[in-house]
Amino acid sequence: MKKGTLKQILLITDGCSNKGEDPSAVAALASQQGITVNVIGILEDDQSEDPTGLQEVEDIAMSGGGVSQIVFKQALSQTVQTVTKQAMTQTLQGVVNQELKQILGPKESLEELPPEQRGEVMEVVEDLGETCDLEVLVLVDTSASMHNKLPTVQESLIDLSVSMNARIGRNRFAIYSFPGKKKDIDKVFDWSPRLESISSVFPKLTSGGITPTGPALKEAMYQFGKKSLKRSFLRRDESNIEEAGY
Amino acid sequence: MNPTSKKQGINVRPGDVINGKWHHNRYVILKQLGQGAIGSVYLCESNGKKAALKISDKGSSVTMEVNVLKTFKKVQGNRLGPSLLDVDDWIDPRGRTYSFYVMEYLKGEELSTFVRRHGQEWLGILMLQLLEDLSNLHKQGWVFGDLKTDNLIVTHAPRRLKWIDVGGTTQIGRSIKEYTEFFDRGYWQMGSRKAEPSYDLFSLAMVMLHFYHPKRFERGSSPEKTLMRKLRNTAPLKPYESCIYKALTGKYMSSDQMRQDLSMILMQRKDTNTSQNTARRPNVQTSRTVRGNTPKPNTNSKKQPRQEHPTLESLAIIVVVFLFYFLYLILG
Repeated sequence: MKKGTLKQILLITDGCSNKGEDPSAVAALASQQGITVNVIGILEDDQSEDPTGLQEVEDIAMSGGGVSQIVFKQALSQTVQTVTKQAMTQTLQGVVNQELKQILGPKESLEELPPEQRGEVMEVVEDLGETCDLEVLVLVDTSASMHNKLPTVQESLIDLSVSMNARIGRNRFAIYSFPGKKKDIDKVFDWSPRLESISSVFPKLTSGGITPTGPALKEAMYQFGKKSLKRSFLRRDESNIEEAGY
Repeated sequence: MNPTSKKQGINVRPGDVINGKWHHNRYVILKQLGQGAIGSVYLCESNGKKAALKISDKGSSVTMEVNVLKTFKKVQGNRLGPSLLDVDDWIDPRGRTYSFYVMEYLKGEELSTFVRRHGQEWLGILMLQLLEDLSNLHKQGWVFGDLKTDNLIVTHAPRRLKWIDVGGTTQIGRSIKEYTEFFDRGYWQMGSRKAEPSYDLFSLAMVMLHFYHPKRFERGSSPEKTLMRKLRNTAPLKPYESCIYKALTGKYMSSDQMRQDLSMILMQRKDTNTSQNTARRPNVQTSRTVRGNTPKPNTNSKKQPRQEHPTLESLAIIVVVFLFYFLYLILG
């Protein structure tokens, strides 16, 4: 089986979209293109209950084939990783499930196997999760209400990179923020294997209550096909051949 | 409804019965033992025997944990952790499927409670036991990963440290599956999250620190400095300082190295223990010299005449011998 690259969009937001197309629809489209959409909703520290607006978080992830979680600021670091890893396993499990169906017939899936055999299949899934390449585009909501959360977001993204780079497979990360100054999204950090070097702080926050989550997701989707990405992967390939020399 | 709680929404209450879909075993739930990122653990009863049952709606995660428990079985019986008894699925009355596994119920005290009750000297000894187990695990190609105080219990007979949650156990060379920030060297920016023996040793050192800082502490802007300052300022850990320092900075390549250092410290500690308690000075050596020289003239004055005795005694013996010899000569 050829090991492909897993593509994910990680949306970090604290509110409801209010402009442009329905983010769930865009997420469904992304999912069709092989891009998983994960969503993390951040709560205010003093919020005791989930505001109704955050229901959208779950909806987007559901139609994007991804994972969603709603957390307080303090738990963000750990959540970012859990969500990313869970979504990887979920995607890979989907792939393995399809293979299983081809071998064992349309009715068979991982859940239909007895526990003993399931263990062996999960080992394969785990192997794939460890060795596959991963591209994560992080899309951060930088509307005014996110102001005091952005330092934590930045920290948790560095942490994500530490975790993912402990894997055997290769990683690429990019960070975009929305709403952008002129466009739907602004580039904060271009595709790179590591995030430890994020020195640029998130751009100045946009005041006003616009949260165009849908258009931002759509724009983010296009970033996966960009030339710069292919080129940088080629470069990485060359260097990897050297490394493989020992 | 709360989406986070919805995800772990397994509503199992004491008295409920869980029937296995595949192996048809019957488990009666007695009480909840704990709740983690992946599912909940319950005390249950089956055929009159108590066992721990972990149930989750995340089937894949359960399967992964079961895989780890199975490898433990291969490694060396059930010394390393609870042994695996059963793996199965359960379909609840509403038709939803959950995965669960049943393991041996280990009855014991939490590490911190145990040490507080039985004395601090246990901390080092239990860590020594832990290092032995870790060494075995590492030799089999695995790293424990999520090593933290909560995951360690002390069983009563024999008094032995055992680990209970194996969810973080990872093959060496891969990325750590599960961890807790405070015990994670990645969080402290002291190394990667790659599964290697030194990763576990860092966590073990943090377990020792955590015992004296049960509320944990923040890493601050320069994590390494914070950590070192805490280590230096924790007086009871002074004897272990060099050992903990080496573990935190990744100087130990294997748990055996650390075990050697730690057992040396523990063997040495016995005689310095009393002086430490009275002086409570971090530096053991100075307190020892101070005690030797000045403060207790009483014991000194008692000792010194005794030390002079031997010469007097031998003189007396010689005199007596001569006296007898003299008498012998006269009488003879």
